[in-house]
Amino acid sequence: MAAGTPVEYIKHHLTNLTYGKLPEGYERADGTVVEEATWTMARNGQEAMDMGFMAVHVDTMGWSIAMGLLFLGLFRFVAKNATTDTPSGLQNFVEMTVEFIQNIVRDVFHGKNPIIAPLALTMFVWIFLMNSLKLIPVDYIPSIAHAMGLEYFKIVPTTDPNGTFGIALGVFLLILFYSFKVKGAGGFAKELSFTPFNHWSLVPFNLVLELLGLIIKPISLALRLFGNMYAGEVIFILIALLPLWIQWSLNVPWAIFHLLVITLQAFIFTTLAVVYLSAAHEDHGQVT
Amino acid sequence: MNINLTLIGQTIAFAIFVWFCVKYVWPPITGAMSARQKKIADGLSAADRASLDLELAQEKASKEMQKAKEESAALIDQANKRAAQIVEASKDDARKEGEKIIEQARAEIQQERVQARDALRAEVAAIAIAGAEKILETSVDAKAHSEMLDKLAAEL
Repeated sequence: MAAGTPVEYIKHHLTNLTYGKLPEGYERADGTVVEEATWTMARNGQEAMDMGFMAVHVDTMGWSIAMGLLFLGLFRFVAKNATTDTPSGLQNFVEMTVEFIQNIVRDVFHGKNPIIAPLALTMFVWIFLMNSLKLIPVDYIPSIAHAMGLEYFKIVPTTDPNGTFGIALGVFLLILFYSFKVKGAGGFAKELSFTPFNHWSLVPFNLVLELLGLIIKPISLALRLFGNMYAGEVIFILIALLPLWIQWSLNVPWAIFHLLVITLQAFIFTTLAVVYLSAAHEDHGQVT
Repeated sequence: MNINLTLIGQTIAFAIFVWFCVKYVWPPITGAMSARQKKIADGLSAADRASLDLELAQEKASKEMQKAKEESAALIDQANKRAAQIVEASKDDARKEGEKIIEQARAEIQQERVQARDALRAEVAAIAIAGAEKILETSVDAKAHSEMLDKLAAEL
C-alpha cells in the first residue's frame, strides 16, 4: 500500500478523496505554492483539511449516489414490472422490504402523510446499501483507485460524517417543514415555549430545553450512524494490519457481526427519523 | 473528517432519491401489493361461495334423488298392483271358462245319459215284452199294455 507504518496506513484509509478549493498562496505538500485560489484534488489529509468548507468528498458523493441509483434502479425495475400474480423472486424480495417499512411506519407514525413511508424506504435501503459497502475488504477498492492514480479512497459513505449529517440534515429540514405546516408558526412556537412546563415564567427555560431537543435530533441520528460505521471501519483496518494468515480469524467474525450492525443501524436511523417526523406531525396545542 | 460541501451534496442527493422514490417507486409497488391482496381476498371469498354452492347443489341433488326414488317406488307399486289385478282377472276368467266348459260337459253328459237311458229303456221294454210274450206264449197287445210298459220303463 501507499503507506508504510501502521499509523500512516490507518490515516490513509480514513482520508477521503477530496476535491476542493485551495486558498491563494497556499503551500502544497510537494512544496509548490498555489498562486491563486484553485479547485483541485487534495494530495494529503492536511490539504483536505485546509480546503475548509469549500470541498467535496468525491468518493463519498460518488459511492452514495451510486448506491442510491442502485436502490432506485432495482426498485424502479421491480415497480415497472410489478405483477399482481405470483411475484418473482426479486419482486418478492422488494415487496418484503416495502412491507417491512410499511409495518414500521404503521407502528410508529401516527399522522397521515403519504411521503413518510417512501421516505423511510429510501433511507433504509440507501443507508443499508452504503453501510454494506463496508463488507468489501478494506484494501480492494483503494488499491484499484490507487492504480488509477487516486491517492485516497474511502468507499463507505456512512463512515464520513458528511454522509450521515447530510441525510440527517434532510430529515431535520423535513421535521421543521412539517412542524410549521401542521402546527403553524404560532403553534410550533407555543409548543417550544410551553412544554414541558406550562407556565409563562418558565418560557425561557422551556425554549432552551426544546430547542436543544430539536437540534439534538438530527445530530444524534447522524452521529449514531457515523460512530457505529466509523468504529467498525477502524476495526476492519486494524485487522487488515495483522499478518495475512491470522486475519481471517478476526475478519470473518467481525464481518458476520457487522451484517447485524449494518442492518440494525439502517433500521435504527429509519425508525428514529420516522419517530421524529411523527412527533413533528402531532399537534400538542390542544393537549397542553 | 472535515465537514464541507459534501454535506449539502448528500442532502440534495437524499432529497432527489426521496422524490424519485415517492413518485416512481412506492406507488406501483404498493399498488401491485394491495391489488394482489384484493385478488387473494376475492379468490378466497369466491372459493367460499363455491363451496356453499356445492353444498346447496348436493342438497338439491339428494332431494331430487329422493323424489325420483319415491316416484319410481310408486310406479313399481302401481305396476305390481296392476299386474296382480290382471293376474287376478285372468284367473277369474280362466275359472269361469273352466266352469263353463265343465258345465257344458256336464250338460252333454247328462244329455247323453238321458238319451242312453231312453234307448236303454226302450230296449228293456222291448226285451221285457219279448220275454213276456215268451212266457205267456201269446203276443202281448202292445197297445193294451202300453200303460203298464211305460210304467215299467219309467221305473228303470
